[in-house]
Amino acid sequence: MDLSYGADYKAFRDAVRRFVKTHRHKAPKGDGPRSPKVLDWQKLLIENGYAARTIPRAYGGFGAKPDILLSRIIAEEFAAAQVSQGIGGQGIAMLVPTLLEVGTEAQKQQFIRPTIYGEMVWCQGYSEPNAGSDLASLRTSAVLDGDEWVVNGHKIWTSTAHLADWIFCLVRTEPEAPKHQGISFLLFRMDSPGIDVRPLVDMTGIANFNEVFFADVRVPKQQIVGARGEGWKVANAILGHERDALGDPNLTLSRLNALTKLMQTETIDGRRVLDHPVYRDRLMKIQARVMAMRFNDMRVLSARINGQDAGLARLIVKLQGTELRHELEQLGIDAMGELGLAYGKNPHLRDHGNWQSHYMFYLGLIIGGGTSQIQKNIIGERGLGLPREPKPQTPLKR
Amino acid sequence: MDFGLSEEQSLFQDSLDAYLGDRVGLERVRRIAAGKEDPQALRRELVEFGLSGLLIAERHGGVGLAPMDAAVAAECLGHHVTPAPFLGSSVVAPLALTLAGGQTERLQQLAAGELTIGLAFAEAVGARADAGLVAKGGKLSGKSLYVLDYGAEEYLAADAERRLYLVAAAAVAHQPLATVDRTRTVGELVFQETPATLLSEDPDCLHTLIDTAWVMLAADTLGAAQNMLDQAVAYAKEREQFNRPIGSFQAVKHLCAEMAAQLEPCRALVWYAAHALSAAPDEAHLVACHAKAHLAEVGAFVARTATEVHGGMGFTDLLGLHYWFKRIGFNRQALGTPELVREEAARAQNLAA
Ligand SMILES: Cc1cc2nc3c(=O)[nH]c(=O)nc-3n(C[C@H](O)[C@H](O)[C@H](O)COP(=O)(O)OP(=O)(O)OC[C@H]3O[C@@H](n4cnc5c(N)ncnc54)[C@H](O)[C@@H]3O)c2cc1C
Repeated sequence: MDLSYGADYKAFRDAVRRFVKTHRHKAPKGDGPRSPKVLDWQKLLIENGYAARTIPRAYGGFGAKPDILLSRIIAEEFAAAQVSQGIGGQGIAMLVPTLLEVGTEAQKQQFIRPTIYGEMVWCQGYSEPNAGSDLASLRTSAVLDGDEWVVNGHKIWTSTAHLADWIFCLVRTEPEAPKHQGISFLLFRMDSPGIDVRPLVDMTGIANFNEVFFADVRVPKQQIVGARGEGWKVANAILGHERDALGDPNLTLSRLNALTKLMQTETIDGRRVLDHPVYRDRLMKIQARVMAMRFNDMRVLSARINGQDAGLARLIVKLQGTELRHELEQLGIDAMGELGLAYGKNPHLRDHGNWQSHYMFYLGLIIGGGTSQIQKNIIGERGLGLPREPKPQTPLKR
Repeated sequence: MDFGLSEEQSLFQDSLDAYLGDRVGLERVRRIAAGKEDPQALRRELVEFGLSGLLIAERHGGVGLAPMDAAVAAECLGHHVTPAPFLGSSVVAPLALTLAGGQTERLQQLAAGELTIGLAFAEAVGARADAGLVAKGGKLSGKSLYVLDYGAEEYLAADAERRLYLVAAAAVAHQPLATVDRTRTVGELVFQETPATLLSEDPDCLHTLIDTAWVMLAADTLGAAQNMLDQAVAYAKEREQFNRPIGSFQAVKHLCAEMAAQLEPCRALVWYAAHALSAAPDEAHLVACHAKAHLAEVGAFVARTATEVHGGMGFTDLLGLHYWFKRIGFNRQALGTPELVREEAARAQNLAA
């Protein structure tokens, strides 16, 4: 067991800490995409190497050599200070790594710089009404007509589609091929003629995801990532990235600290919630799990640094991380009793109502990005080598 | 940075695992559990392997390793439901005697496997009715219930002031107590103005011993639970119903996945807790609490779920799964239930009065 990050890393951590302290007043807090505050902060972070750190300079990044520990230190320090780590979202988290891996030079030149600077906002068009967990059965079609793909179909649950400039989208280009081999990965503008975005209100009361309809949307032929029919592979390369990000134990730890504070502040019959043994016991139970997930994360991190496969330790992160976070938020609500119900305009609101909104939001993350049941299939089949479900000879019908 | 076992530790783990694989088959577990074989022979085999001197300095005839290595051993022992004492003589007593100082001879004897020491301080974590010791003029009176590694030649005991003592088994009245876990020996000691050697007046000494014991119990559960999970997965691949392996049914597959998902982070928790005992003293106590309590919870879940995956077979004596089930249950109750230990975790952070 060697947990030291080394002297160089300590100096780096000190520098990050100083940066955060000096500049934190400029950090955005819940400002919308493309707002000046968000864009300026992102620029400052990239210039200092705290965002887009390993993206080559040629594409507008900071151009540092990949060093997992340095990236980790940045994440830890920003999370601990509860300061924005810059722009997230599917463009930066998913599309940019994909383009770096399989994009053409022209695609990298065109898309990466504006994306990492927050000027080009993306949405992810994968799910369809009849293709959720069974994503590979998607039906939105693209047919080549001269130099253009003509896209028709219907996407759903498309987060931020109403805000996005562009979409990266899975479409069926080879209707005759087996279902995983007939898919392609296209990029196109959201203001293309023929696109209709209809917001869907989610349980938190916000319309952050949408239904998106395509009617003869024309997409230049070269806006395909990877080869024709290889879209499933392209998409899967980054689904892993998405899952890793969904159970971040650093964020969970800072929520645990907020929860502890909440339980020290809120009272029942004049006693702090924390002084009720049953509540306290629940807090300690959660703390143990947060701790276990943090050490598990260090284990996964160290495997990555040493070029090893962390196996089950990594496979379980999305399932365990999102379920744990959901339970943590629930304890926050329970700690407040009826006050925990406050939501929206209510003078008794605590912490801007974020216990309720996170509680619901994390249920969304339990479902999105591969549901908990799908995660268990993956853990069982890939992690434990259990046999797959046999395919029914004839399709099962209700 | 390298979070995990070192190369040496992995080799040590593999060789101990192979050694136990050879010697501690289910048949032998059954014999010892049924009282048909004296566990002393197996204890001596563990001494031969070097487990008795693990934590004892080389100059006293030991190997001079760290608590993390002991946790690796505990995990292996749990994996094989090894019916021989380890916690007292190989881990806690060496630590206690080293902390106390001036105990060269005993340390040498322990390292050589010529002395056995059990643990009679369960009351320090939570005393049941009419249990507990009081000291008067250097002599101890009272009762210590649920002594661990019963059958030893000496015992570590603690009084109400949390002072630590060593007493000879011959000086106290004692009787064995049957428990559900026949891979461990438990007993009751009755002290009547019994002469005892004071090892330490500093309560922190006892607290360090308890932290260490908690981590070892957690590691034992980790090993035992991992074995139960492995057995459940193997069974789920092999057993067929409705013309297909039961592991292809999601109800069964998801039980296995849930066990793995809960158990896997426990490994990192136990490793870190063991590492902290010697390398991060400021964190050691809190992490030890959480390791003990959390492994108790996850262990109980895995124990019942792995049994359930085996259907009726799991409930029978035929497979012997119950030895692991009971061992995990033992580790949960011994030296503090999860509730008591979590309360201590809260106190340690000033979150409880
Ligand atoms: C907050 C949020 C944001 C999202 N953002 C996006 C986005 O930006 N872009 C995008 O493309 N998609 C997005 N999604 C969609 C998301 O990926 C899907 O909701 C998810 O994959 C599940 O698909 P489904 O909703 O069709 O549910 P279904 O697949 O219909 O699942 C319904 C239930 O059946 C279970 N189930 C299905 N198949 C199996 C199986 N084989 N074994 C066991 N159980 C099974 C599921 O676990 C679930 O409990 C988002 C979803 C949410 C909640």
